[in-house]
Amino acid sequence: MTLAASSAMTTTEAAPAPTRRMPRGNPLASMRVQSMLLLVALLGAWEGGVRLFKVPKHLVPPASDIGIALWRGLYASPMAKDGFWYHGGITLSEILLGFGIGSGVGLAIGILVSQMPRLEALLGPYVAALQSVPKVAVAPIIVVWLGFGISSKVVIICLLTFFPVLVTSIAGFKAVDADRIDLLRSLSATRWQIFRKAKFPSAVPYIFAGLNMAAAFSVVGAVVGEFVGAQAGLGVLILQMEAQGDTGGSFAVCVVLSVIGIALTALLRRVQQRVLHWMPADASQRTVTS
Amino acid sequence: MNAVLKPVMSQAAAPRAAENYIRIEGLSKTFGQTGDGVLALSNIACNIREGSFVTIVGPSGCGKSTLLRILAGLLDYEVGSVVLDGQPIQGTRRDVGVVFQSSILLPWRTILDNVLLPAEVLGLDMRQAHERAMQLLKMVRLEGFEHKLPRQLSGGMQQRASIARALLHDPKILLMDEPFGALDAMTRERMNLELQRIWMESGKTVVLITHSIPEAVFLGDVVFVMSPRPGTLERVIPVDMPRPRSMAAMSDPVFAQATAEIRERFSHAAAFD
Repeated sequence: MTLAASSAMTTTEAAPAPTRRMPRGNPLASMRVQSMLLLVALLGAWEGGVRLFKVPKHLVPPASDIGIALWRGLYASPMAKDGFWYHGGITLSEILLGFGIGSGVGLAIGILVSQMPRLEALLGPYVAALQSVPKVAVAPIIVVWLGFGISSKVVIICLLTFFPVLVTSIAGFKAVDADRIDLLRSLSATRWQIFRKAKFPSAVPYIFAGLNMAAAFSVVGAVVGEFVGAQAGLGVLILQMEAQGDTGGSFAVCVVLSVIGIALTALLRRVQQRVLHWMPADASQRTVTS
Repeated sequence: MNAVLKPVMSQAAAPRAAENYIRIEGLSKTFGQTGDGVLALSNIACNIREGSFVTIVGPSGCGKSTLLRILAGLLDYEVGSVVLDGQPIQGTRRDVGVVFQSSILLPWRTILDNVLLPAEVLGLDMRQAHERAMQLLKMVRLEGFEHKLPRQLSGGMQQRASIARALLHDPKILLMDEPFGALDAMTRERMNLELQRIWMESGKTVVLITHSIPEAVFLGDVVFVMSPRPGTLERVIPVDMPRPRSMAAMSDPVFAQATAEIRERFSHAAAFD
């Protein structure tokens, strides 16, 4: 979105049209400024509403409480057990490990299966069945098996991220234009060459759709895993704060979790734009789910 | 460009151009079960001379694409024989280049990398292939577009790039399956002239499929006329007009007579439907 906005800016700047109003002329005309103003207005209404109607703090804290809790949590030293850095670091490493391993294995099996139609026929029903198992429901079992440490959370995230990447990559490898395969066949290409030069690149937009889903799921997986049983992590912090009636603190942790999720998605989008540079800008940002 | 194409040219110009360079005998093709399948091609027989430009024209669904896919080795056949340069066709082979209905350029590759695809797949020397690709791009008038992506080119330019790609590994035979079907009439006429020039410069044997009667007559040394399903080779019409033919050749009496004859065949065949 920022890309589109900035490119629109440069084109209007480059156009020698003195009669047209420049977007810089009035700062209120900028979409960005407008959405920032909207945020400020919403926060102000929240703060005012809570104070005006005297809503109990443990139900809905005023926005300023969340700001203060955020400040305290982020100001704490990286090793402080009540600060955001320590718990955030643990949650982030769970997310990165789980996302990396889960989607990596999903992609690898997707590639393997796409090369062996018989294996796909054999595994297909199991994938379909396992995919509909709510992975979150298995979380307590995994915690029992692997304990309160980081590994149980990594495995839960793996389970959540594995399926979207597997399913979208298989769909992607299948969705290749038959023409592209004919072209390579007409050149006497081997199966592996057909895969590398036509199937895989054609499937990349699909794989990214799966990765985007997996990124969102991985944050969910980490928090759920930590709720079920953990010694540290942002999920644990939320439970601790709620136990003390510190709803403002819980909200602040949610903000941190959102920032992690947004950062992950943004990073993925950057990679995607670089890898799919050949797609028209609007198409590469549109996720392929159909 | 002449340096690349000369050896092939002199070979084609040699007096002993093989008359039966491609020889098809009793070729039939059925899709589906042998009992209740659809007969797509029935008892096709023909010879194609080396270095000649053969066009195959027929109504849609007459099996002309099936015939081309068999020649390209993309499709198996059970009945009859297809011999190419003395060898029966069994699967794809590297002395054949194929141009498809759409350009099928890989959208993530630049034009140059698309043209280089055959060299990568066939494991050719990449330095030489690169040089040749640049010459071919010049021949199809795409110099300066090497580093563009396919979507940045017009449909006609994309199809020209795909012709360059089909010629990269210097195949002796160029098979073209309605290559200009998706283009507008004016671009199509220009592409026909370009193709004639490319063929005359390269000396390849070209088999081109089309459903346009004027295109078939304009381009072909010989026009093979196919009947609707099951596809049979109805007639072989030689077009005796000098080369290079300009658009003015379309008002030549030979042209008029040949197109009229093909049209008559088609209406005749349609009467049986």
